[in-house]
Amino acid sequence: MTDIAWIDAALTSARPQAIGALLRYFRDLEVAEEAYQEACLRALKTWPANGPPRDPAAWLIFVGRNVAIDQVRKSSRTEALPEEDQLSDLDDAEAPMAERLDGAHYRDDILRLLFICCHPELPATQQIALALRIVSGLSVKQIARAFLVSEAAMEQRITRAKARIARAEIPFEAPGPIERSERLGAVAAMVYLVFNEGYSTTGDSAPLKAPFCDEAIRLGRLLLRLYQSEPEIMGLLALMLLQHARTPARLDAEGAIVLLDDQDRRLWAHDRIAEGMALIDKAMRHRRTGPYQLQAAIAALHDRAARPEDTDWTEIELLYQALERFQPSPVVRLNRAVAVSKARGPAEALEMILPLEGPLSGYFHFFGVKGALLLQLGRHAEAREAWGRAIALANTAAEAAHIRLQIDRLSEGV
Amino acid sequence: MLYAILCYNDENAVFSWTKAEDDAVMAGLDVVHQKLAAKGKLGPAVRLMPTTAATTLRKDREPAVVVDGPFAETKEQLLGFYVVDFENLEEALVYVREMGLANPGGAYEIRPLRVFLRGADVSDRELAAVQS
Repeated sequence: MTDIAWIDAALTSARPQAIGALLRYFRDLEVAEEAYQEACLRALKTWPANGPPRDPAAWLIFVGRNVAIDQVRKSSRTEALPEEDQLSDLDDAEAPMAERLDGAHYRDDILRLLFICCHPELPATQQIALALRIVSGLSVKQIARAFLVSEAAMEQRITRAKARIARAEIPFEAPGPIERSERLGAVAAMVYLVFNEGYSTTGDSAPLKAPFCDEAIRLGRLLLRLYQSEPEIMGLLALMLLQHARTPARLDAEGAIVLLDDQDRRLWAHDRIAEGMALIDKAMRHRRTGPYQLQAAIAALHDRAARPEDTDWTEIELLYQALERFQPSPVVRLNRAVAVSKARGPAEALEMILPLEGPLSGYFHFFGVKGALLLQLGRHAEAREAWGRAIALANTAAEAAHIRLQIDRLSEGV
Repeated sequence: MLYAILCYNDENAVFSWTKAEDDAVMAGLDVVHQKLAAKGKLGPAVRLMPTTAATTLRKDREPAVVVDGPFAETKEQLLGFYVVDFENLEEALVYVREMGLANPGGAYEIRPLRVFLRGADVSDRELAAVQS
């Protein structure tokens, strides 16, 4: 790895803390981002020659803050311009400066920065775009490409989202415990949105959004480092790792989904699985279960099975049952029914899902599952009808193609 | 003399490496590993999961408490270690410098070993799953 690549990684890694602190100083996202950018430019100039500082985040905050204060002075022209060399020789100032940066603040700084991206008025896609832009530092161009819109359109979206945040009151006082835990919950949900944006995308744009998964995992690790004893944050990180572990086997050459049963499990990323399992193990010690831990445990049971037939469906059904208590939803019930069908047969599962036809009448997967259960029960005509509805509701060409393949197999009597 | 080479780096940065970047660093390090192995100097080597996977037992109080996370909050974290048989510190530094060129950032701590227990070879079991 070159020095520049290393500096790049260090800048990215320091970004949330640096922008979070600058936001606290200047109470203006625009100013904070510009100050950070300027500090990065100076880092790229000085670090290769002088070597990276011991605490890159502290360096960037210090330099960024001075630069922004400079800017304010220059634009107001009320005070003499400070000498450029005021910023030099930072190494000497670094240790006391790091002390002054007040470590106690940085957890709240990062949490605030993430939290402003999950403003409830912002639609999910804007939350994702904003988090990727502000917290992760992806370029507008990268984000625009991933969302298949023009750079100008994405620029406009992000600008609007920022304007909306600016109008909203950003809370700058340190949050109380209840507020902090609410913020953490909102931020966790947003991080999982970023993950899913990367994970659920198939087809041509899949490779463009794949980095979102890594980015969400990075943010998950960051959150867990800040809140080390939160079992749900352990669960969130475990869930993302255990799902992302299957990525190498999940899409075929055309970008179409390969179903869990058909995946080449040797391609799974076993280091991610091991880390995910270790996190679930840690989380369970707290005996405070929650939706992320339960979903992670379900993912773990899939990942642990060397072959599809080794999957512990009975245990998975129990976990879905527990998940339903936290998140009573037809989609969770549908997933539970799939586990029931594997553990106890299609008849009981079909009975479970029939009442869901109303609420899930526009849901592709409902009719996919219904068709599969009917097929197992030998009710071929009804299966075909259900799958016909599924194709009409497919979100992507790949989903439709997958169901069409099932129908073709049925017609051929395979 | 047996030495432990303790590998410290900013895990934020290291665990943000893309697979390609990670592979490139590992390939660079592997050149040194091969040299050491060829001379019969390389003992066991371990790469650790991030500190978020760690749990710590604080035994400096009664009763001992289990805490989530690593023993200490540090700017750079212990991310792995080697056990190597070097003639002396001078030789250790030659190789460790070379490893540093392949793996910039952070530090290698060269620490002589007092006791080395061979133990059972567990590397074929759980570690196989981790490394694959």
